[in-house]
Amino acid sequence: MAGERTLDGRSGKAETEPSDRGHHLSGGGQWNRRRYVVFVVPALVVMLAVIVFPWLFTVFMSVHDWKIGQAHSFVGPDNYLALLGDERFLRSLLRTLYYGVLAVVVPVILGTFSAVIFHKRFPLRGFLRGVFILPMMATPVAVALVWTMMFHPQLGVLNYLLSVVGLPPQSWVYAPETVIPTLVMVEVWQWTPLVMLIVLGGLAALPTEPYESARIDGASEWQMFRHITWPLLLPFIMVAAIIRAIDAIKAFDLIFVISQGGPGTASETINIYLYLQAFAFYNIGYASAIVVVFFLLIVALTLLLLYMRQKTQWM
Amino acid sequence: MIERKPRSKRLSRRSVIRTGLEAAGLAVLAAPWIARFAQAQGGGFDWKRYKGEHLEVSHTKGPRGDLLQKYRKEFEDLTGMSVGDEQIPEQQHRQKVLIEFNSGNTSFDVVTMALHVQKRLYGKGKWLVDLRDLIKDPNMTSADFDLPDFSQGAMDYATQADGRLDVLPLNLDYFLIYWNKELFAAKGLAYPKSFPELLEAAKALNDPKAGVAGFLARGLKNANVVVWTDFLLGWGVDPIDRDLTMHTDGPEAIEAAKLYQALTKDYGPPGVAGFNWNECQSSFVLGRGAMWVDGIGFALPLEDKTKSRVVGKVGYGVMPPGPKAQHSALFGDGIGISGTTKKKGPAWLYCQWATSKTIAERQIEGGYGAPGRTSAYAAAGASGKLTAPREWLECMEGSIKIARPGLPEIFEVTQFRDIFGIALTNLVTGGDPASELKKATEQFKPILEKSEKG
Repeated sequence: MAGERTLDGRSGKAETEPSDRGHHLSGGGQWNRRRYVVFVVPALVVMLAVIVFPWLFTVFMSVHDWKIGQAHSFVGPDNYLALLGDERFLRSLLRTLYYGVLAVVVPVILGTFSAVIFHKRFPLRGFLRGVFILPMMATPVAVALVWTMMFHPQLGVLNYLLSVVGLPPQSWVYAPETVIPTLVMVEVWQWTPLVMLIVLGGLAALPTEPYESARIDGASEWQMFRHITWPLLLPFIMVAAIIRAIDAIKAFDLIFVISQGGPGTASETINIYLYLQAFAFYNIGYASAIVVVFFLLIVALTLLLLYMRQKTQWM
Repeated sequence: MIERKPRSKRLSRRSVIRTGLEAAGLAVLAAPWIARFAQAQGGGFDWKRYKGEHLEVSHTKGPRGDLLQKYRKEFEDLTGMSVGDEQIPEQQHRQKVLIEFNSGNTSFDVVTMALHVQKRLYGKGKWLVDLRDLIKDPNMTSADFDLPDFSQGAMDYATQADGRLDVLPLNLDYFLIYWNKELFAAKGLAYPKSFPELLEAAKALNDPKAGVAGFLARGLKNANVVVWTDFLLGWGVDPIDRDLTMHTDGPEAIEAAKLYQALTKDYGPPGVAGFNWNECQSSFVLGRGAMWVDGIGFALPLEDKTKSRVVGKVGYGVMPPGPKAQHSALFGDGIGISGTTKKKGPAWLYCQWATSKTIAERQIEGGYGAPGRTSAYAAAGASGKLTAPREWLECMEGSIKIARPGLPEIFEVTQFRDIFGIALTNLVTGGDPASELKKATEQFKPILEKSEKG
């Protein structure tokens, strides 16, 4: 009985201890809840201010004809519908995908290959690994400026090197047909080391037992790579691919500094186009609609890659 | 035992005394100039009425910002005010200023503005103080400010359609042709006197095997439009009239585009479609281009012995006459006062100083650009302090006489440059001038109509 009273908190003086304890429990629970609130609210406020509010405001702007310096008016889905008929936007979308695919696939292949090499023991391995990851540490804008000088068709060192080996000069980022592959080349140079580091970490974490069994069964090096290393490494490669995909799709600094989206619009990706709309033409409403669409695309792509990662999971 | 840290050098008595002596020395050296400036700029005018005030000035990054920052101390000594001045790259400066004006409160009191891009927008927003009342007020304006000394063209360029004067002309940029005298002499050629001669010279001087381009010009989207309009003015036509009539796909525009295409595609350097002024400059200073059409502000790097291989070999040519007219495309910057500042008076003193005869003279002498004041040209020519060749000054004086705005005075200048810039880049890579211009005109027309409606 006393226990029951204690639980419902209506005990007399004789049962004060348990009842008080019960009171403490429920009161303490409330106090704890208040304490949680004190800790949670600031984080919630910050999240609302820096994530939720900007997003809602971007969506709000995207349904308005909004130009800096002028009055704005509600236009509903007009900006989104205009995007469907905007040839330049659609081309920039395709260019973004083209750039993204190249800037993910090439570093992933080269990064995996170099990780396998650097996983082996050989003289100066540590030193060479350090040299290999140097580009990753450089500031993208500085990297872009250095490469811009090297790409100069008349004065750049790259064309000089080509001439030394008897090859004709190239236009690099100065011709529409070569600009994206050339930009990807810089991206590959800078970010292959990141893939290499991730895959190298994966290689170090692989269990040794399957290899021992395979050796006992007489498997060759290639067979061990094909049937053990590769499947076990796939989750790590997928992680690297997800990181690279997000980075490549939202690439801006490199393209803006080196080619500004040119020649013409040959390297104008969605990011460059929306930057122009927002900060050169001041079409904030239209640029916001591009941002929303772009965000949805990135989310879809990331979900797809996460799904693929789940499929390759073994740990 | 407590060890005392050695005193910082900065705080040592010796360094304080040395700094004090240096400052006193500088003050002694600057005193005559300040006295001369004060006397020259208005005798009894009270330059120190705002002593102790602080001003914030926002410049677009470039030679004028460098010049005014270099001599800032003189203004501070003259007025007893302190100045915080920043220089921000052009594109970022435009964004920052626009956003601040829209916020209704600017961080700067004085700001520079590109007349060829921002004039209409600023005029519409009435974001800057109308300077006319300040100029008329003898208590606020030094007697020697001498407004009529600014050329009529410069003042017209700075004045809004409704008569407001938002800025004073700070710098005028004229398009000219830099030409390599050595390469011309080797082929026995003279500086071209017409557009066909220009084309002939480019053809004759183009030598891809030697890595020399006959003609250098901007091919990069947006940047390239001013080259085309510079040629278009030679047909006596503006791209867009004040009544918004577009001449961008007419016969003159197509002819100008054909000339642009021939010069860049046939006689330009490889990859010219991605060239902005900096790539052109790099090629020209290394002798890899026979001619280069661009603004007048590049004399200093071309004549810099540490960076240029064409020092003393550069010719500065006034734009040759076109089939119907001879014009040099004009662009310009002005300096004005933020409409939201509470320091209108101090800011006006800065604007007067920044556009004074002394500063204008130094602007030419140091090769910082072309001021709006007419007296500065003769004064700089006679001073014997010119850092750039006299031919550069003569070219500038020749260009002033034939200057005409190189871009239309519309709200959507940037979109105009973007859309027609793409068309021109397509020409460099082999597009058809008539169809490219027609497409660009059709694309831009609704944007123009919509923007000018309000």
